[in-house]
Amino acid sequence: MLHISQRARRSFYFLSSILYLLLPTIAQAAKISEIGETSFTEQALRFFTFQDPAVRYALAGSMLLGISCGLLGSFIIVRRMALVGDALSHAVLPGVALGFLWNVSKDPVAIFVGATIAGLLGTVVVRWITDTTRLKEDTALGLVLATFFAVGICLIGMIQRLPTGNKAGIDKILFGQAAYLGAADVRLMAIVTAFVIVVLALFYKEFLITSFDSGFARAAGVPAQAIHYALMLLLAFAVVIALQAVGVVLVSAMLITPAAAAYLLTDRLHRMLWLAALFGLVAGALGCFASFLGPNFPTGPFMVLSATAVFGMAFLFGPRHGVVSRWLRQRSRAQRIQRENTLKAIYQVLEARDFKGESVSLRELAERRRETVEEAAMQSADLRRHGLATIHDEGNAVAVTPEGWQLACAIVRNHRLWELYLTNAAQIAADHVHEDAEKIEHVLGDEVVRELERRLAYATHDPHGRPIPSLADMQRGATAPERSREFIGYGKPT
Amino acid sequence: MNPMPVPEFKVVEPPASREPTPAPVAPVEPNPPLEIHDLTVAYHKKPVLWGIDLAVPRGRLVGIVGPNGAGKSTLIKAAMGLLPVSSGWVKVFGEPVSNNLTRVGYVPQRESVDWDFPVSVLDVVLMGRYGRLGLMRRPGRADIDKARGCLDKVKMLPFANRQISNLSGGQQQRVFLARALAQESDLYFMDEPFAGVDAATESAIITLLHELKAQGKTLMVVHHDLPTARNYFDTLLLLNMRVVAFGPTEEVFTFDLLQKTYGGRLTILSEVAEAVRQRG
Repeated sequence: MLHISQRARRSFYFLSSILYLLLPTIAQAAKISEIGETSFTEQALRFFTFQDPAVRYALAGSMLLGISCGLLGSFIIVRRMALVGDALSHAVLPGVALGFLWNVSKDPVAIFVGATIAGLLGTVVVRWITDTTRLKEDTALGLVLATFFAVGICLIGMIQRLPTGNKAGIDKILFGQAAYLGAADVRLMAIVTAFVIVVLALFYKEFLITSFDSGFARAAGVPAQAIHYALMLLLAFAVVIALQAVGVVLVSAMLITPAAAAYLLTDRLHRMLWLAALFGLVAGALGCFASFLGPNFPTGPFMVLSATAVFGMAFLFGPRHGVVSRWLRQRSRAQRIQRENTLKAIYQVLEARDFKGESVSLRELAERRRETVEEAAMQSADLRRHGLATIHDEGNAVAVTPEGWQLACAIVRNHRLWELYLTNAAQIAADHVHEDAEKIEHVLGDEVVRELERRLAYATHDPHGRPIPSLADMQRGATAPERSREFIGYGKPT
Repeated sequence: MNPMPVPEFKVVEPPASREPTPAPVAPVEPNPPLEIHDLTVAYHKKPVLWGIDLAVPRGRLVGIVGPNGAGKSTLIKAAMGLLPVSSGWVKVFGEPVSNNLTRVGYVPQRESVDWDFPVSVLDVVLMGRYGRLGLMRRPGRADIDKARGCLDKVKMLPFANRQISNLSGGQQQRVFLARALAQESDLYFMDEPFAGVDAATESAIITLLHELKAQGKTLMVVHHDLPTARNYFDTLLLLNMRVVAFGPTEEVFTFDLLQKTYGGRLTILSEVAEAVRQRG
């Protein structure tokens, strides 16, 4: 026993010292973190001139991992497997350690192979637990995640106590340090990212259908099981190449966050993939830069925070689902309804005095709307801004423009048509239909209005006996001497 | 002395002897669309289907009815090879189903997918073409035209470029039907296509099913609503773990056979009694 271990240790020493000499890039890379007191601008300048190869490697690596994590993260989100990414990233840790112990060096290929095997072993164990026991997947994931992670931590601790070996960066595996990326690492990351892109492009259709409806996919002869395992393998690849720069603890965030941001912005999977890759790339680059500014800052947290910032932007300003845009939309809708109601009130005032006189005083308007004169003034100003009305009489009266008149007619018409429809078709009493029409008048589209006209046989009066403004009324304008008695619908050919 | 622990096995009794079922629908043709022999399916060693024998002739619209847990969905999934079977075999047009997948179309239950998934209506219908395309080949112009044609048939063409999350239940079901139509299969399995759809969709679906039947296609439709089953299908498969009866609707839709299928479930029995009474 003793004999063997001594020999093994000697060969470890030997191999590692050779490999240490063979890997100048890592030694070089290690230098960036040695810079002690340098100013913010100097560091930023050093970053953006890209003259330092270590900066180039760190930046290239961070962007590459962002791309592959974004792409695969999209699939784990639409498949609702976010937890699987987390478990996988923790499960790779013992593989990283064993890959290191294999030749006591930070050989990227050895670590890659070890980590991938460990990650896949983790997913197999999860599957095995759920298949053979009554435990559900989330429990199995939690179990495997913690166990593998604990084993990995123990192994890393052992490695750090080894008397020799190139341990540069192995202690950074938990939180990530892009500065330790070397040429060999970046080459491997580029190969893996290219492989991920090619596989996803070739089998996009299969990944899509198995993610959406795996039962149907299998019935149609698509090898859903094989595609599932292929996805797991690619996911393990993405996690493993991201490990050094992001760290085991946070790598799942690089899978989830950029893809989640993309999910909020689009509703097509292919666009989501593009966006997630872009967001991952941006987050990687930003995180790399931010961690570079301070010596020995871990990269992982900065990348994750950059990704979260991207997500925050999508969450707030996404055109469709964004909180701010939704709020703006709601506000503009509320303002439109307000304007339409003011126009309607002006119409009603004019109607009450048989359309005599052009302008409506703010006092009349305020009375009609049961508001203060100040409020009426503000609403009139809003109408004027939208070209729907003009202000007269030193700001005390308002008159509608031709556009405003048309809109007012349309709203009153919608209101009265709807009231009539409710009393006729739904047999609701005439004194119960006003409230409903108040809301519906603002949302009736042209198509529905025409349908209403047809169904009501081009009626001319609402259930309260008031005339429904017609197309002719609209054309004649607000001060026409007489109202049109004959009704012409919008949809009716004249 | 401790008493011997009693093992808590639930003994599932095999059906002792099969009752004579009504005469087969028709003399079995060679290579029928669907032929099932002695099929047994079990979940965790508990049988769900036991000794299913079935031969479905061409051009039938078959309703599969039975109580909850009767194994209706399991039967069609097992027939398509989606579930491991404990014994028996399934043949589709005379061959194992795995050799004939392009001749089999499928409408899964609506709830089986995530309707927030980022795809358009047209994307989903195009999936019906994937089986014919094979690995790696992308759907082309012809496939898109075909898919649009199928959407038109279910009156969903105006929705082609919408995301699926904006659809109502009936619209979702129409999309699934369009996808099955795009498969251009000869044998269709449909899992509760009428569940939770509006009346207009229900009648549109039944019209479509009859059209397909008129084209000589064979349809196996899981159906949960007994009173309508009598009007919708020309052939019924009464299922409760085993085949209780399989035959033309007018022969099989009898009080005795339905009672045998549904057992002592009184509420359903009263529905059945009502349905039988209506038939007069």
